[in-house]
Amino acid sequence: MTISARSDEASPGEQPKGLGAARASEELPIGEPRFASVPELRERLREVGYLADDGLAGVVYLADRLAKPVLVEGPAGTGKTELAKSVSRLTGARLIRLQCYEGLDEAKALYEWNYKKQLLRIQVESATPDEARRAGWEELEEDIFSEEFLLTRPLLEAIRASEPVVLLVDEVDRVEIETEALLLEILSDYQVSIPELGTVRATQIPLVFLTSNNTRELSEALKRRCLFLHLDYPSVEREREIVLAKVPGITEELADQVARIVRSLRSLELKKHPSISETLDWARTLVLLGIDSVDEQTARDTLHLLLKYRSDIETAAKEVAAATRRAPA
Amino acid sequence: MLDVLTGFVGELRQVGLPVSVTEAADAAEAIRHLPLEDRQAIKYALGATLVKSSAHWRAFDTAFEVYFSLRGPQYAIDGADGGDGAPGDEDGASGADGSRGLGQAERGAGGGEAVSPEELAAMLYKALSEGDSSMLAAVARLAVGRYAGMEPGRPVGGTYYLYRTLRNLDLDGALARLIGEARAAVEGPGTQPAASAGEDLGPVIRGRRLGHLSPLEERLLEDEYKARIDDLRRAIEAEIRRRLVADRGVEALAKSLRKPLPEDVDFMHATRDELVQMRRAVQPLTRKLQARLARKHRHLRRGALDFRATMRHSLSYGGVPAEPRFRHPKPTKPELFVIADISGSVAAFARFTLHLVHAIASQFSQVRSFVFIDGIDEVTGIFDRAETVGEAVHRVNQEADVVWVDGHSDYGHALAVFWQRWGGDVGPKTSIILLGDARSNYHSPEAWVVKELAQRARRVYWLNPEPRSYWGSGDSIVEHYAQFCDGVFECRNLRQLEGFVEHLV
Repeated sequence: MTISARSDEASPGEQPKGLGAARASEELPIGEPRFASVPELRERLREVGYLADDGLAGVVYLADRLAKPVLVEGPAGTGKTELAKSVSRLTGARLIRLQCYEGLDEAKALYEWNYKKQLLRIQVESATPDEARRAGWEELEEDIFSEEFLLTRPLLEAIRASEPVVLLVDEVDRVEIETEALLLEILSDYQVSIPELGTVRATQIPLVFLTSNNTRELSEALKRRCLFLHLDYPSVEREREIVLAKVPGITEELADQVARIVRSLRSLELKKHPSISETLDWARTLVLLGIDSVDEQTARDTLHLLLKYRSDIETAAKEVAAATRRAPA
Repeated sequence: MLDVLTGFVGELRQVGLPVSVTEAADAAEAIRHLPLEDRQAIKYALGATLVKSSAHWRAFDTAFEVYFSLRGPQYAIDGADGGDGAPGDEDGASGADGSRGLGQAERGAGGGEAVSPEELAAMLYKALSEGDSSMLAAVARLAVGRYAGMEPGRPVGGTYYLYRTLRNLDLDGALARLIGEARAAVEGPGTQPAASAGEDLGPVIRGRRLGHLSPLEERLLEDEYKARIDDLRRAIEAEIRRRLVADRGVEALAKSLRKPLPEDVDFMHATRDELVQMRRAVQPLTRKLQARLARKHRHLRRGALDFRATMRHSLSYGGVPAEPRFRHPKPTKPELFVIADISGSVAAFARFTLHLVHAIASQFSQVRSFVFIDGIDEVTGIFDRAETVGEAVHRVNQEADVVWVDGHSDYGHALAVFWQRWGGDVGPKTSIILLGDARSNYHSPEAWVVKELAQRARRVYWLNPEPRSYWGSGDSIVEHYAQFCDGVFECRNLRQLEGFVEHLV
């Protein structure tokens, strides 16, 4: 597969030059498993401050074993990006992040030739006074399309890295459907084809995470290559644990109350439900204000930390106040 | 295991999930890496490899529960006497599993009879107030054995048994009682010292001092108990399903539980449950549509050359303007008139269409909506005033003045009145969408109105929620109008509706 239509100068079979790429073996260089078992992975995620449930840990574990990327989907603020960061922390791998946006192209995602430097190189050559020492075009061409003039972008960088890396492709649903194709070669074969240089293969398989807020349907081709993980809002128990772990100085009672109130809010029909990060903001504020138990008044006064639409705040305030619907027994 | 997996993949495809061969192979590869006896792990492994959209998760869940309900020791049907025959035989053909399970189901049901309704109610109350999940599962098992009255071989769907079981358990009563007791416990008998009450109060209020239950606490308590009751309901459903699988075999049950995905449900024949699901599905749908349309507008590259940007960009090519840059054209926004029949037969369809159109109102310079049965009324104001589109759609049904004589559809009269009152507002920038099945109860069609409208307006479309083959039968007069419209579309489910709206913009 050719990614670039720019040039066909290099024949496809040409050896890559000086990139340290393994070409001989067709097999993916699947390394030692990073995690021994699902419970172990879960425990280690907990140590770096990410509370996973079994499903989540299971999918990450499989991603490592099957050498497949993980496509993480779910509402905003449920810890999609944080998952990739935590995994990179716990494996001690470098995190390489590609933030997607509309108009992202291969020059920003894969690689780019450093035109300015190539131009300089050519000018220097033609300015050489000694005719005999001047390099011929062939030589020059080989020279300016070498590694020295290549600007690596996140995707290529992740492939070329010799140390372990975690590649995070953030908000992949933001790129156009055509641009998605850029990712396909990397995701299935862990390689990048550069027409002038040949194919760069990964020496080690990076763990790849793609996140999506689901603003559009991703292409079948992309989905097929990934393991799919849907992250939803956590259960009360898990959210309480998250609050306890992430907010220093919070009492268990308050954390419990916070988690419960947030669950009740999520059951209302709102424009945007509070996310985990908003729950944490709220809990931190409560601790700062020195509140150890939430009553209606505090809840009403601090709702704007959880909800970001005026109509949502009004709906929620109404619900809090009108909770006594059942007649006293 | 492989046999089961192939059957399972086949079932998913039957439901309508796109499962490719590579994905099935991945699934087989994935489960090799996990302990087979861990049912939850297998479920997530299969989910991650086979299901690539959260909207399909529900269908996957049902199919999984059916196919793997008799696998795994803790899921054996053991009734009162404990699982001795371990039906969780991983490699066994499903037929063998089924027959063994059946025997146990009968025994389980027999065991259930031994518990009296009072004992069961007491257990239910205890399980709910303590939130003990294994106890909830036990209660579910006993309740199904006692109340569902399942008979082997009877071709009834699971919902029937579910209904019978739930009716007998009186969950609403249990909820009221739980909250009442919590309130009584907090308020306390007065003489009791505060410290002793602390421990065995329920969740939320544990360790609280005596006093009055605040509205917030009561609300939280209620939500907690509701969540537990939902757990119980799920446990009962699972139990019923398990017994049905044992009775009828996997394939037969999977077939009877097969449901279309929300976007494929027919508007005209949707059940109440399906309507709720569709309403939930329409939300992300509009969001996606909006994002897609906005993007489309931005990327139409037909504008004039942007000289400044081109020169700036050429600098990185050494001054050669290799990549011309263009200005983005301002999209022309049409005006949109929606005229919808909201009589009973097509009400659901009109609701979804109005919802979708108003959700993407920013794509039009103006959206005006009219609803009719035999009279016609403008409802644009309701959409302007309401906080959310959903609320507005709800209010349209209550507030619009659409009955003229008898409240049976009369397209002719409604259209004639429209022409008289608002016909002058229709101009060359207006697009008109007419919604309805054109079943006008044999009134005069007054098709000249549509003809006049078509001459004056930019476009006139008709959306019909009936299958194309029914058009023109009985009192359907869609043909009369169709000859003047720019397009007549069959629009039976959300998928078709979404397709049309995108085409429109």
